[in-house]
Amino acid sequence: MKRTLLKSILFGLTAAIRLTALRSPEFRKQLKSRNLIAQIRLKDGSIARHYCLRDGKVISAAGLHPAADVSIAFHDVTTALEFVKPPADQAKIVHAAKHFKVTVAGEDALVVWFMQLLNRLQTASLTMGQAQRDGTVRYTTNTNGGPLFVYVKDGRIVRTTPIDLQRDDAASWTIHARGRRFSPRRIATVSPHALALRSMVDAKNRLLYPMKRVDFDPNGQRNPHTRGISGYERISWEEALDIVSAEIKRMKREHGPGAIAIYHSSHHQWGNVGYYLSALQRFGNLIGYTRVHLNPDSWEGWYWGAQHHYGNSMRLGTPGGYGLVEDCLKECEQIVFWSSDPETTSGCYAGFEGTERRLWAKELGIDFIHIDPHYNPTAQLLGGRWMPLRPGSDSALALAIMNVWVNENLYDHDYVATRTTGFEEWRAYLLGETDGVAKTPEWQEAETGVAAREVRALARRWAARKTYLAAGGGGQGLGGAGRNPTGTQWARSMILLMAMQGWGKPGINFGNLQAATPLDMTFYFPGYAEGGISGDLHWTAAAISNYNRMPHVLSMNPIKQMIPRQKLADAIIDGHSTGYSWDGVSLEAQFVPFHYPLPGHSRVHMLYRYGASSFGTMANSQRMVEAYRHESLEFVVNQSIWHEGETLFADIILPACTMLERWDIGEWAGAGAYGHHIQEQLNHRMIVMQHKCIEPLGESKSDYQIFLEILQRLGLGAVFSEGCSELDWCKRVFDSSDLPNHISWQAFLKKGYFVVPPASEAQREPAYFRWFAEDRPKDVPEPLPLPSQYADTFGKGLQTPSGKLEFVSQTLRRAGEDNPERQALNHYLSSPEGPAAGERFERYPLQLLSSHPRYSFHTYSDGKGSFIDDLGDHRILKQGYHYWPLRISPQDAAARGIGQHDLVRVFNERGAVLCAADITPLIAPGILKAFESSAVYDPIADGKGGTIDRGGCVNLLTSPRPIVKGSSGMASSSCLVQLEKWMETSACPV
Amino acid sequence: MKKWNLIIDVDRCHNCGNCVLTNQDEHVGNTFHGYTAPQPRHDGAWIRIRSRAEGQPPMVATAHLPTLCNHCDNAPCVAAGRGAVVKRQDGIVIFDPQLAKGRKDLVDACPYGAVHWNAELELPQIWIFDAHLLDQGWHQPRCVQACPTGAMQAVQLTDAEMQEQVKQDQLQVLQPELRTQPRVYYRHLTSYTHCFIGGSLFTGEQCHSECVAGARVRLSRDGHTLGETHSDDFGDFRFSGLARNSGRYRLDIEHAATCPVSLDVELREASVYMGALRLTTVSPGAISVSPVTPEESHHV
Repeated sequence: MKRTLLKSILFGLTAAIRLTALRSPEFRKQLKSRNLIAQIRLKDGSIARHYCLRDGKVISAAGLHPAADVSIAFHDVTTALEFVKPPADQAKIVHAAKHFKVTVAGEDALVVWFMQLLNRLQTASLTMGQAQRDGTVRYTTNTNGGPLFVYVKDGRIVRTTPIDLQRDDAASWTIHARGRRFSPRRIATVSPHALALRSMVDAKNRLLYPMKRVDFDPNGQRNPHTRGISGYERISWEEALDIVSAEIKRMKREHGPGAIAIYHSSHHQWGNVGYYLSALQRFGNLIGYTRVHLNPDSWEGWYWGAQHHYGNSMRLGTPGGYGLVEDCLKECEQIVFWSSDPETTSGCYAGFEGTERRLWAKELGIDFIHIDPHYNPTAQLLGGRWMPLRPGSDSALALAIMNVWVNENLYDHDYVATRTTGFEEWRAYLLGETDGVAKTPEWQEAETGVAAREVRALARRWAARKTYLAAGGGGQGLGGAGRNPTGTQWARSMILLMAMQGWGKPGINFGNLQAATPLDMTFYFPGYAEGGISGDLHWTAAAISNYNRMPHVLSMNPIKQMIPRQKLADAIIDGHSTGYSWDGVSLEAQFVPFHYPLPGHSRVHMLYRYGASSFGTMANSQRMVEAYRHESLEFVVNQSIWHEGETLFADIILPACTMLERWDIGEWAGAGAYGHHIQEQLNHRMIVMQHKCIEPLGESKSDYQIFLEILQRLGLGAVFSEGCSELDWCKRVFDSSDLPNHISWQAFLKKGYFVVPPASEAQREPAYFRWFAEDRPKDVPEPLPLPSQYADTFGKGLQTPSGKLEFVSQTLRRAGEDNPERQALNHYLSSPEGPAAGERFERYPLQLLSSHPRYSFHTYSDGKGSFIDDLGDHRILKQGYHYWPLRISPQDAAARGIGQHDLVRVFNERGAVLCAADITPLIAPGILKAFESSAVYDPIADGKGGTIDRGGCVNLLTSPRPIVKGSSGMASSSCLVQLEKWMETSACPV
Repeated sequence: MKKWNLIIDVDRCHNCGNCVLTNQDEHVGNTFHGYTAPQPRHDGAWIRIRSRAEGQPPMVATAHLPTLCNHCDNAPCVAAGRGAVVKRQDGIVIFDPQLAKGRKDLVDACPYGAVHWNAELELPQIWIFDAHLLDQGWHQPRCVQACPTGAMQAVQLTDAEMQEQVKQDQLQVLQPELRTQPRVYYRHLTSYTHCFIGGSLFTGEQCHSECVAGARVRLSRDGHTLGETHSDDFGDFRFSGLARNSGRYRLDIEHAATCPVSLDVELREASVYMGALRLTTVSPGAISVSPVTPEESHHV
């Protein structure tokens, strides 16, 4: 019976191919693109059928073919039916593949082609997007700043718009607070960088063809010293991919494991298939590479500091936020924004979803305080008291507040007594009993510049009102002062402040209404950290849910050698480096160093650079210029969408396309384990099909396709792709989620998105940390601490050794008190990039704050001729060039003879950057502010024999020093600089 | 006849730029026949946001003012257009992309600077209220949809209904003295056009000082009281909505625990933050005040 069925299906396949070719022009085109003979057989040959595909026609016959190009052999008839009988069960298919119950023979590229063709039978006749009356088709996509409709006509993008929710989309939640009803607008709000997407697709510096550096010869002179200087010539994909694959093989052969390093940026495009943790990770594992290990960028102070007082390593040391929008609107009387500018950073990925909620708070009369060197856009919108302070001095202000609370008896004694440990030691430090220095408001004045009386006023107000502390852009950590050289002190102090005021009691919590709305977080859709198609169980969170929900063949990088990203340049130049792990599993994982190179492993000789430029985002990036030119670096390939500063240091440039030119699928703000449940920033959970809206521009290809074609040259195409196209993978991701319970694949492709219904009032999560304040078992859906990490009963208490909030950290004490920069007790140390720098401060007397950008997402959407460039707060057009704005006080400008929009040279011993001055009273004297992340690195001669970057990469000036000794934390949001008016002399491109 | 009007709340604009960007997305590289030719890719935006920031740390004020074509009912451009500029029945002004070719004079015709010259196409251009979309059934122009704070609102009302709303919500237009009868209205326009006088009150000396909360501060001119407020927990007081260059004001500051103080302030072009003002707690009658400059009070 089974044998007959198999024979019938194999026979019917011919008709299916013919019929589909008849119906679908695209399938017809694909069928026509190759001639080959493929055969499907049982291993013993007792059943076999071969298919001759020639010029778009197919004929088939039973029996074996003596010269089949591709042969798929099943171990037995049961296995064969699992593959070919619909509906396919992916778990059985992958199981069969893993256990060699199915084997393929033939040239890898042909095998993949044939398997993709068969898969295409499932998708060829599906309708994508919705036709509109004006002749456009409305597709959907997802970005770092929210989902969009994409209207396309005649292969051209006409417009992109935010998505207005329809009547048939799930209803919105309602919160009842203080006699009012609050329900969000029925729209998915988006960030500026999302709205600039169209201008990025057809950007002037799109990479459209593979290119080779003119003086790079893989078989002769490689000239590493001219990287970043010499020009490029266009080459064919064949040549480019041949060179890259040949170099990969040569590295393995000549140098051995570890010779190839993959270096990627963090935020490239959106989607579960094309993400760096997905396709790139799978590619990397298949070639074997030295991992360039990321610092928890933007979470530094929390990860390397705050978590040691209360746990939450899973969240990189930041607090969570369930139920807090409701709690805040109902109970809170005051929000203290401390280095918190959600109107600039949108939390993270969240468009302007929190904005409306903060305006509700304003309507309710909740008071606002803004502690920030800059009167930032959040302060501008909401109003409230501005308390400007010196960058990096934040912890002094926090200590002084706590000092007032102790002296004036203004803290929660009961909470401190029952829910915390170590208070006596901390109290003694605050009062100066241990070091002779009382941390009074007067003491902090010299550090922060804030008048003592104002600190007292703030401390008293705080203690008298139910207060939310909005720490960092997200309200619960992220960015802000946590990225500066004293970021750990600040983040630790934030936790300790709340520990004194009863964190978790009604109206007393972390947040700025950015998180968390009453959404349904039980609905499963994998976030990007779950690794997409990577199959990587070690360096992604795939093992938790994705790996069993979406059965796929695992992949693994056997090379244990790692370089901390902050030290990549040092590793290349000096040949060695030491790093500390970013690992959210435990509080202690970060204490263990890793070294490069590892015994028996090769130094890095090939760099596979992927994604956007990092000159604008990584500390002390000037050093990377030197690294790129180091002779040990034999080969650099850069796979990018745009010509940004860093692509020009590659030997081979591979042009990738944007996500609008390929298939993907993703949840808005769904970061998975990188940000557990951070979709709660949104007003509506939205899962979005990322349609291939247009064909790739020029000769660009999707990242997936580039990886596939390289791997095919290594015979690994079938292993990489599992015979799937990107659209097939999207379907597998769809099937792995809870979506099929609510919407069909067909309907999803057509409409493009699904709104997850919010939790009912009875299903809502309780307010975060309430359980802890009330000493109950944990009642919020956080999978960590791990079972073994509870000091007492499972589910009771925190991840700390005591299970309580610890004013003096036991984990740091256990790790050794020999680290003066990170002691168990949160000692105040002045910022090394401030007045305490002494002689350096005299030479470079201005503190440059380089905070997260407002209009771009890091480098994403900056430069490139993007529409964003026209916004005067993002770039300033002067003499035909878009310069990076530098905010400066009228006093500092006047002292240097600088007028509005004058070009200025910002410099220190590490480098020089050309900016345009934006003179504003919104920044205190002595402080400058620029966004951190220019995508444009554009060095020109400075007329003094050196170069100056006129692109605006202020990270050329920031310190390579880690945030604390014994960490790999970047501390790049403030540095000392001097400033002078730029006299246009001999400046010219180099 | 219902006509289109745009209402912009200045206090709700925080300069995110979404309105500018959506308009670029809609119009750069796109031709909408009968409505408009494309907007230049760079430096030709039809929606522009003007910003003001004044005062001194820690007391400052900002305002952002989105400006675009006002679609005036008594539009100078229509008058000057000789048929090249049309006023539609729904109130929207359209520059005919054919007839207006080469008419640089129409740029100068607009007293608001809302007509932009597209040098490449030799066309005067304006924000067209996204009339091409409204005619297809859209309910609002794109800038309104993309505005995250609800600062922009497009309403379709009869002129009588609109005037009712103007009265009710105290809406204003830009430069009403020009009598162009704009269809773009602003809420809280004085946040942009006007300025403030403020200060911070404290007592004590360098070694220990305290903010003075709850002091009664009266603003007057020529003996007429213009406003009264109380200092907050930080000792701050502020009078907003004062006309620029409006001259001398008097401040009277009283608190049960301090000596009463009177100060004169001159308001010129921009807001005045008087800085930290020290009040004395000595016997009544001895009027004393020592202004401290903001730099001194906030020596960052």
